[in-house]
Amino acid sequence: MSELRAQLQEWRSAVDNWLPPWWRRALVALLIVVGIVLPLLFSSASGFMNATIIAVAYAVMSLGLNIVVGFAGLLDLGYVAFYALGAYSLGWFGSGFFFKAHIHVLVSPVASTLPGVHLNFILILIGAGLICAAAGVVIGLPTLRLRGDYIAIVTLAFGEIIGVVAVNGQSVHVGDGMTLTAGNLGISAVDQPYFPGIGSFNLLNLRPWYWLIFAILLVVLFVNLRLRDSRLGRAWVALREDEVAAVSMGIPLVKTKLLAYAIGAAFGGMSGAFFGTYYTEVNAGQFQFGFSIFILAMVIIGGLGSIWGAVVGGLALGYINNYLIPDVLNGIPAKLGFNFQLTEVEFGIFGFLLVIMMVLRPQGLIPERRRRLELTAEIAPADAQLAEAPGTPGDGT
Amino acid sequence: MAARPLAAVRRYFGRWGLIVALAALPIYYGISDLTNGYQAGFVAGHAVIHHDLSKLGFNFAEGLSNGAIWALIAIGYTLVYGIIELINFAHGDVFMIGSFTAVGLWGTLGLGLTTGALGLIGGLIVALIITMIVTGSLNVLIERVAYRPLRGAPKLASLITAVGFSFILQNVGLLWRGGSPQSVNDLIRAQQPVFTIAGVPILRGYILAFAVMIPLVFGLTWFINATRAGRAMRATAQDPEAARLMGINVNATISLTFLLGGMLAGAAGLVYALYETNVWYFQGFKAGLIAFTAAVMGGIGNVRGAVLGGLIIGVIQSLSDSRLGPQWTEAVVFGYLIAIMVLRPRGLLGEETREAG
Repeated sequence: MSELRAQLQEWRSAVDNWLPPWWRRALVALLIVVGIVLPLLFSSASGFMNATIIAVAYAVMSLGLNIVVGFAGLLDLGYVAFYALGAYSLGWFGSGFFFKAHIHVLVSPVASTLPGVHLNFILILIGAGLICAAAGVVIGLPTLRLRGDYIAIVTLAFGEIIGVVAVNGQSVHVGDGMTLTAGNLGISAVDQPYFPGIGSFNLLNLRPWYWLIFAILLVVLFVNLRLRDSRLGRAWVALREDEVAAVSMGIPLVKTKLLAYAIGAAFGGMSGAFFGTYYTEVNAGQFQFGFSIFILAMVIIGGLGSIWGAVVGGLALGYINNYLIPDVLNGIPAKLGFNFQLTEVEFGIFGFLLVIMMVLRPQGLIPERRRRLELTAEIAPADAQLAEAPGTPGDGT
Repeated sequence: MAARPLAAVRRYFGRWGLIVALAALPIYYGISDLTNGYQAGFVAGHAVIHHDLSKLGFNFAEGLSNGAIWALIAIGYTLVYGIIELINFAHGDVFMIGSFTAVGLWGTLGLGLTTGALGLIGGLIVALIITMIVTGSLNVLIERVAYRPLRGAPKLASLITAVGFSFILQNVGLLWRGGSPQSVNDLIRAQQPVFTIAGVPILRGYILAFAVMIPLVFGLTWFINATRAGRAMRATAQDPEAARLMGINVNATISLTFLLGGMLAGAAGLVYALYETNVWYFQGFKAGLIAFTAAVMGGIGNVRGAVLGGLIIGVIQSLSDSRLGPQWTEAVVFGYLIAIMVLRPRGLLGEETREAG
């Protein structure tokens, strides 16, 4: 095993020497171009296009959760709360749900005649980010003094409370016969994104939706990359590795942790707002605990703390969940003589993936460099010096 | 100078905050029942208003017996956390598998609504023992497959495999008995009152819950305190490394802990099926979170604390079910969980873990 690994390492450095130094940048540019022209290769309303849009939106969420869990090491099991708040931001400010109000800002000519609050999608996107960032801080505050696994439980509890409020929001009145949410009936007839000069989106042509979420992904990706290399990003990693040492080196604990929660939550909320308009309704039934685990699985499978890993994990699980399982592989158990469909056991499959991943390859598909050093027992000689700094493998922190 | 009163307030809240928060609901509803009264039923189209505490008493009776079930599950959490400092997320689902096994065994053993009293009791005891063996072994298996390979890895890793296993077990349950709650035979006629104390009817289900819980808890306490294996468990919980040096087989001790926790969860599963007379694959998730809340409330790692916490959570749940409506109960329980974490993370009776010292 170690010989194989050494051989791989050798090939890898050979490839690195052979390629020009700017190959990484070139690869990224190539991926972006491929991402932009991708929808032109498929029919504009195909199932594959739909799966792609959802997968990209998952990748945005995965990037957000990666900040909290991967960078800062705070296990958040209630990420669905931000999906819910983002989607409800869209439901509240981009539909006729608050029918007593008449507020219209930069919306399509049709929507501007309807009752309710109708804001432009970009405004809602920003609003959803801000609301979720505030919620992230509120959720983060009680966890500041707690140790790792208690954080998981408190965030989980918050996620569940938001879910319960979403389901029962029909009985919470906010005045004038209007309620907080529409519960399991769902807030329907939400606005489609509209941009002056481009017009309104519709679900017959999925390409603009794709480009919209792809643009959001690029922005979030850029912010992530810059954050990772910033002072704040290094502070997160330092807190993750050793809280006591980091604080004694002068890292402000409260501010750093809360910023991780807030920024991670904001991305989740933006993706949630996109899902709200893309699914054309905001239904309380969407916001289950399983969704938090689903997003967490993306981060883990991609590689905790790895930005490209989070993107790959999000895309992979998005395609598996929305294309591979329902469209391609769904009939297999029936063919093998079992009396169930693959969609029924999808959460079992994700659970299985989590266990397998943690036991066999805990560093994920595209491991973060630092974590790879921590988790592999056999460290290549060139990295041995580096490896001594972050602590011996398996010291339990 | 301003800091000092603030510190006093904080100390006060640290000591009494949780107790005040816990007492708030029953005291509020007790006063409300006495002054405003409550609707006890309809006679000839008119609401009958009572001004006494028997509704509160009813809430307590129901809550305590429910809490006995949560206590059994909570002990499993607390034992495992005490020994390897892991929140065994799959524990609630082991409880669910326990319920399903028990219900399956009734069919195998031929227990039905027409079975005589003696046959029923004998059959249930056999079912209880087999269920406990099944869930205990399942829990040991989970530890072997999902947690032991990750013993040296960061804590996050085993927490994630625990969540993964919880989903796998839920899916097993889903395929086993379908996606919606299934009602099962009310073998012991759980809702039948046996006697009445101060206007509060005591149902058969209540007696069953305590009849199973009390001997098991005493048995467990005896096992931990008096036997050699129990001493090994305590030693491993305090310091696994030192325990290993003293010749204790740490891996076997951890397996034993999982076995005991799984057995209690199986017992809770059987009682739950008899008491609630319905089972479904998702019961374990909710029960697991409630029981974990109970374990934290009592002080994690502490068996007496888990029992106390279970009983208290049961009462809170029952109060919320009958006063606020069952749809809010989950939010109330989780609200308490967060309050405990903020006000008194060490729990009512103090935690007994390595980090607590």
